Amino acid sequence: MNIYAIRAIYQFEMARWWRTVAQSIISPVLSTSLYFIVFGAAIGSRIESVEGVSYAAFIVPGLIMLSLLQQSLSNASFAIYFPKFAGTVYEILTAPISHVETVIAYVGAAATKSIILALIILVTANLFVEVRIEHPVWMVLFLVLTAVTFSLVGFVIGIWADGFEKLQLIPLLVVTPLAFLGGTFYSITMLPETWQTIALFNPVVYLVSGFRWSFYGVADVNVTVSLVMTLVFMAVALGIITWIFKTGYKLRS
Amino acid sequence: MNMQSTTTAPAVSISQLNKTYDGGFVALKSIDLEIRTGEIFALLGPNGAGKTTLIGTICGLVRPTSGQILVGGHDVVTDFRKTRAMIGLVPQELTTDRFETVQATVAFTRGLFGKPRNDAHIEKILKDLSLWDKRNDKLITLSGGMKRRVLIAKALSHEPKILFLDEPTAGVDVELRRDMWNVVRDLQATGVTVILTTHYIEEAEEMADRVGVISNGEIILVEEKTELMRKLGKKDLSILLQEKLPALPDTLARMGLKLREGGEELTYRYDSKSERTGIATIMSALSEEGLRIKDISTHQSSLEEIFIGLLRDRT
Repeated sequence: MNIYAIRAIYQFEMARWWRTVAQSIISPVLSTSLYFIVFGAAIGSRIESVEGVSYAAFIVPGLIMLSLLQQSLSNASFAIYFPKFAGTVYEILTAPISHVETVIAYVGAAATKSIILALIILVTANLFVEVRIEHPVWMVLFLVLTAVTFSLVGFVIGIWADGFEKLQLIPLLVVTPLAFLGGTFYSITMLPETWQTIALFNPVVYLVSGFRWSFYGVADVNVTVSLVMTLVFMAVALGIITWIFKTGYKLRS
Repeated sequence: MNMQSTTTAPAVSISQLNKTYDGGFVALKSIDLEIRTGEIFALLGPNGAGKTTLIGTICGLVRPTSGQILVGGHDVVTDFRKTRAMIGLVPQELTTDRFETVQATVAFTRGLFGKPRNDAHIEKILKDLSLWDKRNDKLITLSGGMKRRVLIAKALSHEPKILFLDEPTAGVDVELRRDMWNVVRDLQATGVTVILTTHYIEEAEEMADRVGVISNGEIILVEEKTELMRKLGKKDLSILLQEKLPALPDTLARMGLKLREGGEELTYRYDSKSERTGIATIMSALSEEGLRIKDISTHQSSLEEIFIGLLRDRT
C-alpha cells in the first residue's frame, strides 16, 4: 500500500478545500438556514407534527442528507475532473499508485469534507430547533456510508464528464429531484398509495429514512432495509469504478 | 556513456510493442528498443511520429495494444509499482496546479511516488533549478520557463532512476536550456538514465550518447550519436548570382555544383562535418570564371528530408 501517495492526495484535496473554506461552508449553511426559515418557520408553523415530531425538527435529517448528497457529489466529481481538465492527471496516472489507493484518497477527502459540512449544518439546525439524536452510532454510520457512496458516484461523474456542463448535469437533473422526492421534507407515508410504491424505487428514500430513524426513531422503511440498500448502492458505485479502472475508460488512451 | 551500461540490465527494454488507438490510428508499429542504463538517449522524430505515445506506454499514460515493456527488468503492466517508482516524467505540456506553491507541488509529487518527506532533497532540487527564491510563489504567477523548471523539479522529487524529458526545450530560453543540461549531466554522473524526445537534431547532438529515429510509429534506426551525426551532416550551399548564367561552366560542374532553373542560383551539397568541404575551392573558381555573387546561404536538410533519405536507404 502506497500510504505516502494516499496521504499526499488526501492532504492536497483538503488544502484545496481549505483555501476556499469560507465559500465552501457559508453557502450550504446559508441555504440550510433559508430552508429552516421557509419550511420550518413559515410553512412548518401550519403543520403541527409528523409522526410525533415537530415539523421543523422532522426536516433536519432530510436537510442534512440533501447537503451531504450534493456536497459529496460535487466535491468528488470536481476533485478528479479538474486534474483531467488542467492536464495534471498525468501525474496520478504515472505514479506507483493502485486504483484502490487512488479511490481511497479522493473519495476519502471528498467524504471528509461533506461530513464536516453535515456536522456544521447539524449545529446550525440546533440554533433553530431542538434536535435530539436517539441512535448516535447509527447516525454516524448512515452519515459515513452515504458520504462515501455519493463521493464514489461523484468520482464516476468526474471521470465521465468532459465539460463543466456534464459535471453539473447529473447532480442537477437526477440527484436533486431524487433528493426532493425522497422524503427530505416529508414522510412518504403522506403520499398517495401509488406514489408511495413509486417512491420505494428512489434510493434517496432509504438514506433519508434510515438517517431520520437514527434521530427520532421514526422511519418510512425498516432501518435494516435502509442499511442494506445503502450498502447495495455503495457496491454498485464500486462496481462501476472497478470497471472504469479496468478498461481505462476516459483515463488512459 | 556510463560504464554500467555493459554490465547491468537495460533501463528500458521494449519488444514488439504496438499501439492502435480506439479510432483505429496506428501510433506504434512493432517497436523493438533497448535503452541502456546510465545513457542519455534521444528519441528523434518529426511531429506526430509517435514519440509521446512511446513515452506514454512506458510511463503508464497509454495502454499498449500488444507487446512487452520492461523497466529495470520489471514489466510495466504487471509490476507497475516498481517501474513507475523508478521513472520521472517531464511532460511536453505545461500542466500545473495553478493555485499551489512551488514547494508544495514538488513535495506533493514526492509523496505521490511513495517517498517519505525530505525537505533537504526538495531544497537541493529547487536550488539546482534556480527555483528556491520562488518556492512560496503560486504556480499561476510563474512564467512559462519557470513552470517548465517546476515540472522538472517535480519529476526529480522522488529521485528517479530514469528521467523522461518530452520535448524539453520547446519554448525554453537559453538560460534554462543551460541549467537543464547541467542538471541532466549531473544526473547522468549519478547513474540516472535520461531519455529525451526532440525534433531538433542539435539537441540530440549536444546531449545524447545514442539516438533513435522514429517516423510513422516505427523505429527507423538506433545508432551511436557520432555515427548518426556523420550521416545527418549534409548541408546545401546556395549562391545567388548578380547576372543570369546561360549554362554551367564545365569547371564548376566537375566540382559538383548545379545550376537551378532561371540561371540565377548555383547549389552545392557538402558534408559539413568533413575537414574539406570544398567551399574555398568553389569560391576561387567562381572568381576565376568572373561570376559576381549577390548572396550566399547554407541550409541544413530538414529532419523530414533526412527521414525520407533514411527511409529510402533502408528500403
